[in-house]
Amino acid sequence: MATESEELESLVNRRYEHGFVTDIEMDTLPPGLNEDVIRAISARKNEPEFMLEWRLRAFRMWLEMREPNWAHVHYPPIDFDAISYFAAPKSDADRPKSLDEVDPKLLETYDKLGIPLHERARLAGVAVDAVFDSVSVATTFKEKLSEAGVIFCSFSEAVENHPELVKKYLGSVVPQRDNYYAALNSAVFSDGSFVYVPKGVRCPMELSTYFRINSANTGQFERTLIIADEGSYVSYLEGCTAPMRDENQLHAAVVELVAMKDAEIKYSTVQNWYPGDEEGKGGIYNFVTKRGDCRGANSKISWTQVETGSAITWKYPSCILRGDNSVGEFYSVAVANNFQQADTGTKMIHIGKNTSSTIVSKGISAGKAQNAYRGLVKVMPQAAGARNHTQCDSLLIGKECGAHTFPYMEIKNQGAKIEHEATTSKISADQLFYCRQRGLSEEDAVNMIVNGFCKEVFNELPMEFAVEAQALLNVSLEGAVG
Amino acid sequence: MLDIKNLSASVGGAEILHDLSLSVGTGEVHAIMGPNGSGKSTLAQVIAGRDDYDVTAGSVTLDGEDLLELDPEERAREGVFLGFQYPVEIPGVNNAYLLKAAVNAQRAHRGLDEIDVFEFLKLAKEKMALLGMDQKFLNRGVNEGFSGGEKKRNEILQMAMLEPRLAILDETDSGLDIDALKAVAHGVNALRSPERSIVLVTHYQRLLDYIQPDHVHVLSGGKIVRSGDKTLATELEERGYDWLKEAANG
Repeated sequence: MATESEELESLVNRRYEHGFVTDIEMDTLPPGLNEDVIRAISARKNEPEFMLEWRLRAFRMWLEMREPNWAHVHYPPIDFDAISYFAAPKSDADRPKSLDEVDPKLLETYDKLGIPLHERARLAGVAVDAVFDSVSVATTFKEKLSEAGVIFCSFSEAVENHPELVKKYLGSVVPQRDNYYAALNSAVFSDGSFVYVPKGVRCPMELSTYFRINSANTGQFERTLIIADEGSYVSYLEGCTAPMRDENQLHAAVVELVAMKDAEIKYSTVQNWYPGDEEGKGGIYNFVTKRGDCRGANSKISWTQVETGSAITWKYPSCILRGDNSVGEFYSVAVANNFQQADTGTKMIHIGKNTSSTIVSKGISAGKAQNAYRGLVKVMPQAAGARNHTQCDSLLIGKECGAHTFPYMEIKNQGAKIEHEATTSKISADQLFYCRQRGLSEEDAVNMIVNGFCKEVFNELPMEFAVEAQALLNVSLEGAVG
Repeated sequence: MLDIKNLSASVGGAEILHDLSLSVGTGEVHAIMGPNGSGKSTLAQVIAGRDDYDVTAGSVTLDGEDLLELDPEERAREGVFLGFQYPVEIPGVNNAYLLKAAVNAQRAHRGLDEIDVFEFLKLAKEKMALLGMDQKFLNRGVNEGFSGGEKKRNEILQMAMLEPRLAILDETDSGLDIDALKAVAHGVNALRSPERSIVLVTHYQRLLDYIQPDHVHVLSGGKIVRSGDKTLATELEERGYDWLKEAANG
């Protein structure tokens, strides 16, 4: 039995494959944060005055705020003055107009990641807005999208070309002072993605952005804003990998989703940032604020995430169910291995009448990792007929890891129907032996059992990404057994 | 086929099997009977390679190949099949997926290409018809929410798909009503073949009314205390096990 659990522990330990550094000159600001740095960021991006003002307001709020410490994670204090707040590939000034003009070294990087842009875009029919460090370097399928009237571009381009939309919606879901990291992001965000789907339009393809952190010691502050106007539909996938680093890298993104009347947004994330080595050294700190606003009646926002990377994950994709009959969903697989720490979950805020939310959280812990689900279901007094179903399942691999569940409920309407189910299980020696007796290797058996455990969440991912997510999960847990 | 010589095995320092020897010829059906705690299930698990047990002495070979040197999955791919007494549930993994993975693991071992989906489904449906199983079985989670009878039938389906050289069926009759017992026995009989050896591990003689064994062995106190033909099973039914225990101790 002892050998069984030792074997279990070692299956999780395959080296991070995507650890390499692309040698491209970076145009990087010196470390440190003050108003001059913010002015410099804004100036480099040729931003209009309103953006600079918005950033500065956020920065002043941030100065008065404190780093949150309630999450079930531990890390040494972050020196925000040791971080450089802007890094862009040198060629930013004359940005490529098509893939052919993209720096071949960048393309090579994508090849190493197994995501050759053009091929991927062609085969999968996916428009890819590739974010390399902070600035978008390639956007494809733009024409097809613009035919449908869909705007899909980098955040910088949106500020330049659609300032009225940015002005109207930026910060309308996650205000600058929402939390410490959101305020920081609001002050210094470098780039990200912007999507606007006009009334009645069903976005003709899955929109996808690959993020990649590349420059050493550069904080990543992405800003994503997706607006689905009345009766529209959009599905968006965010996927990430990062090269191996010794120092911790801070990532504090903000994602805002707005769904108007009868609109639906499906937001899927496959996250595979560098989790640190077997001793827990290095790895990304991922402090993200993601929130969707079901602003109109009958709107729907669905978050699906597969989190396998990062040293620390602090992330609660949430839904504000403002419109009557609006629907919020959260499907999550979070894997924590070695010394990874994950504190993730969701918030469902029921405001409109007959609003409903579904939460399915699958936490997998291996090695010495700590995995926490933290979720809030809040039903406001006016939210008559609100319903929630929460299901939290934890799977433990080995004896030294932990799973924690922190469900919070604030129910202010007596008629609300709230259900919560939670389970914790282990991959049992019986299950492993059973599979091996049928000829499967121990590793294949673990993968199969874990994938079975995550099935309800994978079912929510777009088909091709579900396959990727499954493969990623297998890589993440390789070495956990055998 | 299967040769067990002077096998001793223990768990947590306690010896369960003592100096046990058994030979099962190709194409034969042997029944191993015995009271509770006599070591029947241990024997089955040791042959299949469960690592909770320490083999302290003896050898187990299959057609001359040393099984004790192999991992459980290697033994399986070599054609050793264990029908479990308590088949475990694997939530979310569908039956077809496990079956296909098992078939492919064996094919890869033999240097064959993976079975394609259509061929697999055709084969599975054929075997399920043989066992009188509903095709919905394929899409259910492995043993998830199965009744006792369904679980045992599922074991026989796996056996039918894998076509093992040696099948050990551990208490396949336990917890079955008479209809389920008949169905399972029918499946096992259909799989009898001159190339396949079958070892039935059972507490009761009742299974042997439906599957006629060539040889019957009585296991008591970790060794085989008596062997005979099927009439031995009938004798046990009448006299119980105590007289044999006494004989063994005396």
